[in-house]
Amino acid sequence: MLDWFTYFADWVTYSWFGLSSDTQFAGALHFFIEDTCKILVLLIVLIYFIALVRATLNPEKVRCYLQGKNRFLGYILGSFFGSVTPFCSCSSIPLFMGFVSARIPLGVTIAFLLTSPLINEVVVVMLGSLLGLQFTLMYITIGLLLGISAGFLIDLIKGERWLAPFLAQQYQRNDAMPELEYQQKIMTLADRHQFAKKEMLTIFTRIWKWVIIGVAIGAVIHGAIPAVWFSEHLGAKQWWSVPLATLLAIPMYVNATAIVPIIESLLLKSVPLGTTLAFCMSAVAVSLPEFMMLKQVMSSRLLMLIAGYLLIAFSLLGWFFNAVSF
Amino acid sequence: MKNINVYGSGCKNCTNTAELIEKTAMQLQIEINLSKVSDLQQMMEAGVVSTPAVAVDGKIVHAGSVPDVQIVKDFLN
Repeated sequence: MLDWFTYFADWVTYSWFGLSSDTQFAGALHFFIEDTCKILVLLIVLIYFIALVRATLNPEKVRCYLQGKNRFLGYILGSFFGSVTPFCSCSSIPLFMGFVSARIPLGVTIAFLLTSPLINEVVVVMLGSLLGLQFTLMYITIGLLLGISAGFLIDLIKGERWLAPFLAQQYQRNDAMPELEYQQKIMTLADRHQFAKKEMLTIFTRIWKWVIIGVAIGAVIHGAIPAVWFSEHLGAKQWWSVPLATLLAIPMYVNATAIVPIIESLLLKSVPLGTTLAFCMSAVAVSLPEFMMLKQVMSSRLLMLIAGYLLIAFSLLGWFFNAVSF
Repeated sequence: MKNINVYGSGCKNCTNTAELIEKTAMQLQIEINLSKVSDLQQMMEAGVVSTPAVAVDGKIVHAGSVPDVQIVKDFLN
């Protein structure tokens, strides 16, 4: 089905512009046209349908559901709900406090908050359209596992010791757990459609320019930098390229959307899968301003532990996938 | 007079929500006392989980997004 975009790019590049297929410029232009059209069309369609399905899901409902659940089941559920619950990223702090005040274990809360940016609809749709189903499923599975193990580790080291005092005391109280009530709003199909339309428009207006910028950079890499350069400088043999990719990706949170087409062209130039995966996850998961905001609710020590966990986990993942070939 | 609190960290959605409520109240000629709350403890005490959240006279009536005009009209009346 996605071939349609290749044919369209073929037609524009070779028939309409009349370029010869063996020039670098034609290759780059073809890459640009195919990817921009494909991503933008798929984003519009799929974000709408994803929003339609999850319209009735919200953090309040998830909090009610997670309260009082078994710890280990909680990590899995927290991680899962983190990936599917829609919420504005500026809600992270109230959400964190809301979970803690419901005495949902800190690990479960962290699992939720970590997977939420890592597995978001935009990145998933883009990975799926550019790198295929297999890569995307692998990405989602790893994302969930990272969230689950982060939650487990945080509770193992009793991370709640390092929360801001007004939150830490929530876990020390001996009184009965506050009872939560959640009133399900009834949503008609028309309500769902309204929600989905709004989500789609908000996300689209926010990211379309980043998609174009990302694809443009990807196209330049595709057309201008020879594959040999990458295998000599960023190949699997250079072990340090994985942690370097992880660190380099940190400031990329501003335009995580632009990352995916760049990744595609890196993979096409045979930069190893592990390095690419580490770069992608780090760009998407770690947002500096959000990290700074978390300082209001936890000590720097806990924050550094979480950051350290992520950097180490991404590097291990990268090395693993570079060593195992698929 | 209705007391309205808009809870949020001050992001764009929160500002938009406050502006929308002010505008709608003016149109409907309803007197309101609107305050933007960004204090974390107050947010937690009010039971806010997702922002922007709106409380009318201490009761949360909307959370998690910029509300539609119709929703704002409903809770103002």
